[in-house]
Amino acid sequence: MSSLSVDHLLGIENISPEDIELIFTTADNFKEVINRPIKKVPSLRDITIANLFFENSTRTKLSFELAEKRLSADVINFSSSSSSVKKGETLIDTVNNILAMKVDMVVMRHPNPGAASFLSKHIKARIVNAGDGTHEHPTQALLDAYSVRERLGTVKGKKIVIVGDILHSRVALSNIFCLQKLGAEVMVCGPTTLIPKYISELGVKVSHKLIDALNWCDIANVLRIQLERQDIAYFPSLREYSMQYGLNMNVLNQLDKPITIMHPGPINRGVEITSEVADSEHSIILNQVENGVAIRMAVLYLLAGKIERES
Amino acid sequence: MQPVVILDNRQLELTVNRLCYELIENHDDFSKSVIIGLQPRGIFLANRIANVLTKKFRIDSLKTGKLDITFYRDDFRRKVNPLTASSTAIDFIIENKNVILIDDVLYTGRTIRAGLDAMLAFGRPARVELLVLIDRRFSRHLPVQPDYTGRTVDSISSERVSVEWKETEKKDQVLLYNTSKTDE
Repeated sequence: MSSLSVDHLLGIENISPEDIELIFTTADNFKEVINRPIKKVPSLRDITIANLFFENSTRTKLSFELAEKRLSADVINFSSSSSSVKKGETLIDTVNNILAMKVDMVVMRHPNPGAASFLSKHIKARIVNAGDGTHEHPTQALLDAYSVRERLGTVKGKKIVIVGDILHSRVALSNIFCLQKLGAEVMVCGPTTLIPKYISELGVKVSHKLIDALNWCDIANVLRIQLERQDIAYFPSLREYSMQYGLNMNVLNQLDKPITIMHPGPINRGVEITSEVADSEHSIILNQVENGVAIRMAVLYLLAGKIERES
Repeated sequence: MQPVVILDNRQLELTVNRLCYELIENHDDFSKSVIIGLQPRGIFLANRIANVLTKKFRIDSLKTGKLDITFYRDDFRRKVNPLTASSTAIDFIIENKNVILIDDVLYTGRTIRAGLDAMLAFGRPARVELLVLIDRRFSRHLPVQPDYTGRTVDSISSERVSVEWKETEKKDQVLLYNTSKTDE
C-alpha cells in the first residue's frame, strides 16, 4: 500500500497500523535525504503550506518549516500573537482568508481540543494537526515510535513507560494510541493528581512508583511538567515532584538493566530530568529531533500525494 | 500470449561481459570512476556488472552505489497510485568523479532525467555516462541517449520489456510482453 487511508492527519486514533508503517518506511527514505550534501527534493515544489500556530511553539514549528522547505514547498507562517485573531476574527474566517490565497495544506496548532477536526469539516485544504489543546499531537507520537523502532529494532512487544504530567499531555495520549497500534505495552507513571482517572480503560498500566515503572520498561518517555496548563496546584512543589519522579543517574544506576530515555522537549533540566541523564548515552532526545524532520516530511509528502493537480 | 525471449541467460551473460569490456576501455582501473544503479531494477544490473569487474577483471576497490529517484519523478500527483520509494545508498563522494549511471531498460528517458537530478544532490561529477541493458529506441519523451547499450529493441507502447535476474526471478533473461487487450 502506498497511500494513506486518511485525507488529513488529525490524530493517531483514526489512522491504521498500515498507515503508520507507510509513514515509517517513507521517513526512512527522507532520513537519508536530510543527510545528503543537498538536503532537498523537489516533490512539493508546486504546493503551498500555511503553518498556523495559535499557540506558542519553537521546536514543532521549526521542525515543520524545515520539513516543508526540504520538500521544496512554499511556506507561509501565521502566529496568532500578531494577527487578526486579536481583532476578533473567527477560526474559519482566518483560515478561509488564507486559503483564498491558494494554499494547499495547513499545519495547525490550536489551544482547543478538536480544532483541527472541526476545521477539516469546513475547509478544502489538507490539514495536519500539530497539537490541539490537551487532545492529540500525532506527529510527535509518530516520531517517538519511530525513534523506538530505530533504537530497539521494532516497537512490537516492547515496554514503554510515559512519565510525568499525563493529564495535560497531548503527547501522552497520541503516544498511547500509536504504541498500542504497533503492538507495544504502555504504562503511565506519575503522581495520582496528574494521571487521568479512567486511563486504564485505554489498556495502559498505571504506576505511581518511578523505580518500579523503570524496572518494568525498555524505554522511558519523560514529559515536562506543563505549568502553563495547570489551573490548580497538582503537587506541593517542583522540588518534591523531582524528588519523587525526576530522572537522575542515581535512579538509573539502581535499575536491573539499562534503559533508553526519551523526551519530547523542551527539557526542564533539574526538574523531570537531570542534565547528566539528558546528555548521557541512554538518551535519544536529539535523535528524536532529527527523526521529527524526517517523519514530518513523510507525512506532508504522503498527504500532498492525494491533492489533485490543477489541470 | 507468450512473451518473446530477447536475451536468454547465456546471451545475457555474454552481453554483460561485453559491456564490462567497453567500460574498462574507457575507465581503465576505475580509480576516477564510480557506478550508480537506479532503483528499483537497475541495481541488479549494476551489481552484476560490479561483480564481473571485480572478480573477472580484478578491478580493486570499485565503488558502487544505489540511487532512488521517487522524489524526483515528474509524475508525482499525476498517477492514480503513488509509488513507494526504495533506499538510496551512496557512501562515496561523486565530486569530480566519472559516474556510470546504470538502469536495466531505457524507455521514455524520464527515469534517467530524474536520476540525473537526484544524483546532483550528492555533488558535481566530472562527467556522467549512461549504461542500459535494453534500449527501447524511438520511444523517447526526452533527449536522453545511452553511452553503453546491451541490446536495442524496437517496440511499441503496448509492449513491455522485462529484465529478470537469477537473484529475484530465478533465471537470467530478458522478455518482451505484449500487453494490448485486442490481440487474436
